[in-house]
Amino acid sequence: MDIFVQQIINGLVLGSIYALVALGYTMVYGILGLINFAHGDIVMVGALVGLSVFHALSGSGLPVPLVLFLAVGAAMVVCMALGVSIERLAYRPLRHAPRLAPLITAIGVSILLQYSAALVWSKQYIPMPELLSPARYTILGAHITDLQAAIFLLACAVMAGLYWFITKTRIGTAMRATEQNKEVAGLMGIDINRIISFTFLVGSGLAAVAGIMVVLYYGIGHYSMGFILGLKAFTAAVLGGIGNVRGAMLGGMLLGIIESLASGYIGDLTGGFFGSNYRDVFAFLVLVLVLVLRPSGLLGQPSGERA
Amino acid sequence: MRISRGFQFIAAAATALVLSACGKEEAPPASKAPTAAAETVTVKIGVASPLTGPQAHIGNDIKNGVQLGIDDLNAQGLTIGGKKVKFELQAEDDEANPTKATTVAQKLVDSRVAAVVGHFNSGASIPASKIYSDAGVPQISPSSTNPKYTQQGFKTTFRVVAHDDQQGPTLANFAVGKLGAKNIAVIDDSTAYGQGLADAFEKTVKELGANVVAREHTTDKDTDFTAILTKIKGTNPDLIMFGGIDPQAGPMAKQMASLGIKAKLIGGDGIQTPNFIKLAGDASEGQMASMPGLPKEKMPGGQEFMNKFKSKFNAEVELFAPMGYDAVFVFADAMKRAGSTDPAKFLPEVGKTKLQGVIGPIEFDDKGDLRNGPITVYVVKGGKWEALETVVPGGAPGPQAATAPKIPAGATQAGY
Repeated sequence: MDIFVQQIINGLVLGSIYALVALGYTMVYGILGLINFAHGDIVMVGALVGLSVFHALSGSGLPVPLVLFLAVGAAMVVCMALGVSIERLAYRPLRHAPRLAPLITAIGVSILLQYSAALVWSKQYIPMPELLSPARYTILGAHITDLQAAIFLLACAVMAGLYWFITKTRIGTAMRATEQNKEVAGLMGIDINRIISFTFLVGSGLAAVAGIMVVLYYGIGHYSMGFILGLKAFTAAVLGGIGNVRGAMLGGMLLGIIESLASGYIGDLTGGFFGSNYRDVFAFLVLVLVLVLRPSGLLGQPSGERA
Repeated sequence: MRISRGFQFIAAAATALVLSACGKEEAPPASKAPTAAAETVTVKIGVASPLTGPQAHIGNDIKNGVQLGIDDLNAQGLTIGGKKVKFELQAEDDEANPTKATTVAQKLVDSRVAAVVGHFNSGASIPASKIYSDAGVPQISPSSTNPKYTQQGFKTTFRVVAHDDQQGPTLANFAVGKLGAKNIAVIDDSTAYGQGLADAFEKTVKELGANVVAREHTTDKDTDFTAILTKIKGTNPDLIMFGGIDPQAGPMAKQMASLGIKAKLIGGDGIQTPNFIKLAGDASEGQMASMPGLPKEKMPGGQEFMNKFKSKFNAEVELFAPMGYDAVFVFADAMKRAGSTDPAKFLPEVGKTKLQGVIGPIEFDDKGDLRNGPITVYVVKGGKWEALETVVPGGAPGPQAATAPKIPAGATQAGY
C-alpha cells in the first residue's frame, strides 16, 4: 500500500511539471489555434540557463534560496524574451497563412532551439551541483522529500495565481476575449498583438519555472530533454481539453499519475512481458485513446468549426 | 516531339555515365609518398566511438587513448616491410547508435583503414563487426563486453577486455559471496550490453541461491527512474544491480537516495567512471562497479600512461583509454611480424599476439577474446573509485586491494 502511495506522490510531482508546461501549450492554442511544438524546448532552455546559473554560483557562498531565486529569475528572463521573439519572428508573419504553415514552422523552431542549445551547452549531460540536501518526511509510509513537496506546492501556487490572473484582471479578461474571437476583440479596443505577445510571455515564464523544477528534481539537463517532455505535456493538454486552462492543469496531474502507476505496475500486469521501459508508450496510448474517444478532452466542450 | 525525346534520352544517359564515374572516386588508397630517398607509407587506423551525446566522455577518452598510441608509435619510427610507416588517426562518431555504427563502419572500410579500434558499445560493435569482417579489416574493441561479439565466427573480431559471461558471474559472486546479499533487484537499460550483463548476473545469482526480487528495464536515454525504484523499494532488496552506463546510473543513484532506498547500487564497466561520481554527487558514495582490467595504478604501464595522458589531453583517464592505446600497439606489432601493413597479410598475426601492453599481458584465444583478462571490483570512497578486489576468471585470484564491506542480513546500512 505504501508503494502505491509513493507512486501517487511521484506522479503528482511529475504531474506538476507536466501541468506547468501544458499550460503554455493550451494558452497558445486557445488564442492562436497553433500547437507550439517549440514550447518543450523553451523549457529546456530555461533548464539549461538555470543550470548555468547554479554552476556559476554554487561555490560562491550565497545562501541557497538566493541562488534559486537568481536561477529562476535568469531562466524566466531568457525564456520570456525567447518566447516573445519566436512569436514575433516565426509565428506573427504566418498569422493569416493556412494552419499547416505555422505548425511546420513550430517544428522548425523546435529543432533550431535544440541544436542552438547543443552549440552553447554541448551535447553532454550536465549535472546539477549539490545545492540542496533533501530532508525526507514520511506520509502514509511513503517518502517525500521537501524538494518534491516544494515542487508540488509551487506548481499549485503558480496555477492558482494564473487562474486568478486570467479570470480577475483586465489583461486576463482581454486574453479570454481574444481567445473567443480575435477579430471582434480587436473591434472592442483590445490590442491583439500585445495580448498574443503577452500570452507567449506568460507561457514562457511558466516554462522557465518548469525547467528549473526538472533540473532540481532530476539533477541533470541536456539539449534534447525538451522534446519528450514537450510531447507529454502536449498530451496532458489534450487530455484535459486543449485550449482550456483548468483542463491543462487537470490533464497534467492526471498524466503524471497515470505514467507513474503504469511504470510501476505494468510489469506485474503483463506478467513481465512489458517492462517499465514501456512507460512512454503508456503516456502516448492515453493520447491516442483521448483523441479517439473524447477528442475535446476531459474538460473541453465539443466545439464546432472555429469562427 | 521525337527529336527532343531523343535528346532527353541522350542527356539522361550522359548524366548517368558522368555520375557513375564520379561515384567511383572514393578516398584514395593508402597514399604512397613520392619516391624520395626514404619511402614513407601512411597507414590509417580507424577509431569508432560515441564522440557526441551522453556517452561522449567515454568515446573521446578512447579516441584520445588511440591518438596517444599513434603518436608514441610515430615517435618510435617503425619500419615495416622495408618502408617507413607513419600512422594516422581517422576518428568517426557512432553516437552509441547501432544503426549509425554500421554507417560509420562502412565509411571506415571505404577509407581503406588498415585496422579499427572500436566500437565502444557492444550494441555498436556487433553490427559493425559484420562489415569489418566482410572487408577483412581487423577490429579490436577496447570495451565491448557482450559475449556475442566474438561468437559470430568472424576472424576479424578481437577485444582486449574480459566479456560479460565472465563479468556477470564475477559481479554475482562478489554480490552474493563477498557482500552477502540475499535479495537483489536487477535493472537493465535495454541495450545489448546492459541487458546481456544483467542477464548473466541474474543467472549466476540464481545459481548461487540468492533471490532476484525484481527485474526492471529502462532505456539508455531515460533520466527518470522514480517509478521503477519505488517499485523496487517495495521488494526490500539488499542490493540493486544496474546493467547500463553512467548517464543513467548517476541520476539513478541520486533518485535512490531521495527515495530513501538503503540498498547499494552495483554495476558493470559502464558506470565505473569519474563521470558517474560527478552525476551522482554525494549519492555516489559506497556504490560499486566492476571493470575489466587491473586497477589503473596496478597496470604494468598504468601510472606512466595516466601521466602521459594527463599532460597531453589535460584530462583524467575516463575508462578505456589504456585499452585503446594497447589496441594500436597490437596492430603495429602484428604488422611488424607480418612484415606488411596490408590487412589481408597481418590479420592472421593479430590472433597470435603475445604482447606486454599498458594493461598487462595481451594474448587472444581462438575466438578473439582476451586470455586471462582480469576483472576488478571497485567502490566509491571519498568521491573516488577505489579497487576492492581483482579476479581472473578461470585463473588464479588476483591481488586483493582491500577488504570488501559485508552487508548484514536485513540491509540496514547507515547513510543513503
